[in-house]
Amino acid sequence: MKKYYLGIDLGSTTSKAVIINENDEIVGRGITNTRANYKVAADIAREEAIYDARFTLLSNKIKLDMESKPEFKKYMEDIRTVFQYQQFKRRMESLEKMLNKTVSEFSYENKNAIANKLVNIIENIRPQIRNEFIHGNLGSKNQFFRDIVSEKYNAEVAIIGKEFYEPLMLAFDKSITPVENEMVQYNFKELVLESMAVLEEKYQGLAGKQEDGSKEDWYYAELNAVKDNYKNVEFSLREHIEAIASEDIHIAKMVGTGYGRALLPFPEDCIKSEILCHAFGAHAVFPNTRTVLDIGGQDTKAIQVDSHGLVTSFHMNDRCAAGCGRYLGYIADEFGLSLNELGPEAMSATKETTICSTCTVFAGAEVKELLHNGEQRPNILAGLHKAIVQRAMSLIARSGGVKNEFTFTGGVARNQAVLKYVKQMVKESYGELTMNIHTDSIFMGALGGAMFARRNISADLPQKGKTIAA
Amino acid sequence: MAQEAQKERSMILQKEMIEGLFNDLGKAKELGKKVCYTFIPGNLSELIRTFDMLPVYPEINALQSAMRKKSASYIKEAERHAHSEDVCTYVKCDVGMMMKGNIGPTGEKIPEPDILLLSYTGCFTFLKWFETLKREYPNAKVIMVHTPYQENATITPEMTQYMVKQFKEEVIPQMEAVTGIKYDEGKLKKMLALSKESEDLITKIFDTTKHKPSPIDAYFAGVYYIGPINIGFRGTQEAVDYYKELYNEIQERIRLGLGPITPEGEMKEEKYRLVVEGPPNWTSFREFWKIFYDMGAVIVASSYTKVGGVYDMGWRHDPTRPLESLAEYCMNCYTNLSIPQRIDLLSNCITEYAADGYITNSIKSCNSFSAGQLGMMREIEDRLEVPVGFIESDLVDPRYFSYSNIKNRLESYFQMLEQRKIIQEKEVV
Repeated sequence: MKKYYLGIDLGSTTSKAVIINENDEIVGRGITNTRANYKVAADIAREEAIYDARFTLLSNKIKLDMESKPEFKKYMEDIRTVFQYQQFKRRMESLEKMLNKTVSEFSYENKNAIANKLVNIIENIRPQIRNEFIHGNLGSKNQFFRDIVSEKYNAEVAIIGKEFYEPLMLAFDKSITPVENEMVQYNFKELVLESMAVLEEKYQGLAGKQEDGSKEDWYYAELNAVKDNYKNVEFSLREHIEAIASEDIHIAKMVGTGYGRALLPFPEDCIKSEILCHAFGAHAVFPNTRTVLDIGGQDTKAIQVDSHGLVTSFHMNDRCAAGCGRYLGYIADEFGLSLNELGPEAMSATKETTICSTCTVFAGAEVKELLHNGEQRPNILAGLHKAIVQRAMSLIARSGGVKNEFTFTGGVARNQAVLKYVKQMVKESYGELTMNIHTDSIFMGALGGAMFARRNISADLPQKGKTIAA
Repeated sequence: MAQEAQKERSMILQKEMIEGLFNDLGKAKELGKKVCYTFIPGNLSELIRTFDMLPVYPEINALQSAMRKKSASYIKEAERHAHSEDVCTYVKCDVGMMMKGNIGPTGEKIPEPDILLLSYTGCFTFLKWFETLKREYPNAKVIMVHTPYQENATITPEMTQYMVKQFKEEVIPQMEAVTGIKYDEGKLKKMLALSKESEDLITKIFDTTKHKPSPIDAYFAGVYYIGPINIGFRGTQEAVDYYKELYNEIQERIRLGLGPITPEGEMKEEKYRLVVEGPPNWTSFREFWKIFYDMGAVIVASSYTKVGGVYDMGWRHDPTRPLESLAEYCMNCYTNLSIPQRIDLLSNCITEYAADGYITNSIKSCNSFSAGQLGMMREIEDRLEVPVGFIESDLVDPRYFSYSNIKNRLESYFQMLEQRKIIQEKEVV
């Protein structure tokens, strides 16, 4: 039986899980928002990673086709999204039940009217969400259940008007948390087959449509291939789905990390500091890494590592989270933007407005004042992003500076504007050097954890120069 | 002061000494004794006792208030009287305690000062502290001695003469005037001889950490060991007796192969040997210590236990040169050393006591300790290739001790040490 190893990184904002095989290759990734019940967050991330691992196994079975035929590639991309939607749909049904129950327990006189409004809201948002998932219109938005549903729900409540605002918001607030903290396991095969049915409907619908020219050429090439040939892909998948769904993804060992690690239901020897895990993960992907900067939700870490990927020294922010992801979250709320919209808008700035405040809360007041004085929003956002990076740079300096190579990890590394300033400031202070950023940056802690798990924590150290094939 | 669950005879001795001092302070008026407030670094305890005065150390009062969980309310009281958040928390704790009746650790009122003696000027806050106290106690005599900094890593004869001149022209005449007692150099010499004995003993005590396992923790228990020599007993037979007893107890621990005593009994396994720079946090002293002993970490040397005197390099009080050696003592206190001297001293500790790592506890409100700590850490890391760790807390303000932050950093640090050990063992194989 093949052995797999799991790393779980329970961060303050998101919980990540990575599954690796015996060759240190990533086979599955899972991510979800961290919620009140840490165990559920960790379990959901793990389940996601296991589903993802099954998709990886499935893709490996049809590897040759995937490499040579665009329809296979496109289909596999699409099915993962629809698969996610199927889970989403079930959670949505659960939320609907919970909302109805909450409203039925209300003591408002007009609770029947509230219940009717609720029905309307659900009827309206259900197809919106379906459409976004199935037709790939999610864009750069956050894909977590709570974020997507609350965004749509709030928009609907706003249309309904003041009279129902309070009870409807109350109903949502009371219902979302229990639903989010509910652990549901899905049947992989059932969900894949359902997803295939949804895709069939989608591709059939596309058959008669003309290209509208709004996308790049390769997009239409893939789409055209898939809409004409999806039956071939379906056929291939059906051949393997039974075996893949019943394959035992045997987790031989796991390691938990992240700020909530002590709360994970793992034995003590399976809990590892996130500093060590991030460094180990980053070093595995980029073996020449000597300095790691990790900007997470609540903390920023500057870590120096040796040639084995082991930490030699580190520095973390104390007492204040102004240089972290939460700062961006707060700023996004101030501007009424989603977190993922911040970076692109900041990139469109013509200059960086100077933000004086080193405090997240004060920065909010400063931003309002700047807007009032006519500063452009992108410029303010650019200034805020720069301020975060300046804080990180001071932490790096305290930890001993940047040594070649430099690897940037953590959820914030996905933000293009942060990335721009990190590159710029590292270059200014430390000169030209190799800077590594990986699409899996957010998973580095979980990857490091999984790698420690494979090594039975510390008995077997990594080989020099070995890279991870993601 | 000694609060360990396991009581050794030395702990009882120390407790009696300290209680005796506070009892005497409570009855200072009845006993007809004058009271001299002074600070630990560069303290002139022997000279104070030559004039039959009783010493009071405001920073000791502050740290004891913190250990008795009273510092938060004292600090609040001082802040209510316009002492800003950035002021040294020892100062605020002391000022707050004074405003709330100046009740000492034994429940007795601490008498007002007849003299405010400042014999170490390396800490600018000390100067301001006594200026503040002077406003509260207008009848107290303020004596301030300027202590030259060891800028060039050495004490020149001119520096010593400069200080001796201040003793002769300022300190001694004013002490004579306040106490009505004539300066008796013979008495001072006798005390300095006893000081030297205590200093020899305490050096031997802190040197026992060379043993594996180390029989003592040179930081968390070390702060108790330095009690008598720092708070006015240096130069007394009582201190010599205490240190003899302590030394014998430690010798017995070595003979039995025992590790250090912790509040939860004996430390069973010594996993890591560390050198610590910076004072401890007093408000959560036990929790702070526990993080270390739970991980099997023992502190084999610390700079904090040298604040009252650096005896490692062989310097001792010398009865044949009484005033000169007092001057050298003032200039030789730990925080009066230049940064390169501190680096050398700490590097020496790491090598001598075979430490696995070096940790800095940076104190928010102590400039004289904290300035330069990061640079020192980097230099030590480069020089010795020893794993370094950096945490931040405060002396006596509980608002600046974040247990989870400190625990998180220390846990990461210990895991890092663990890995290094495995690598080193592999390399040896």
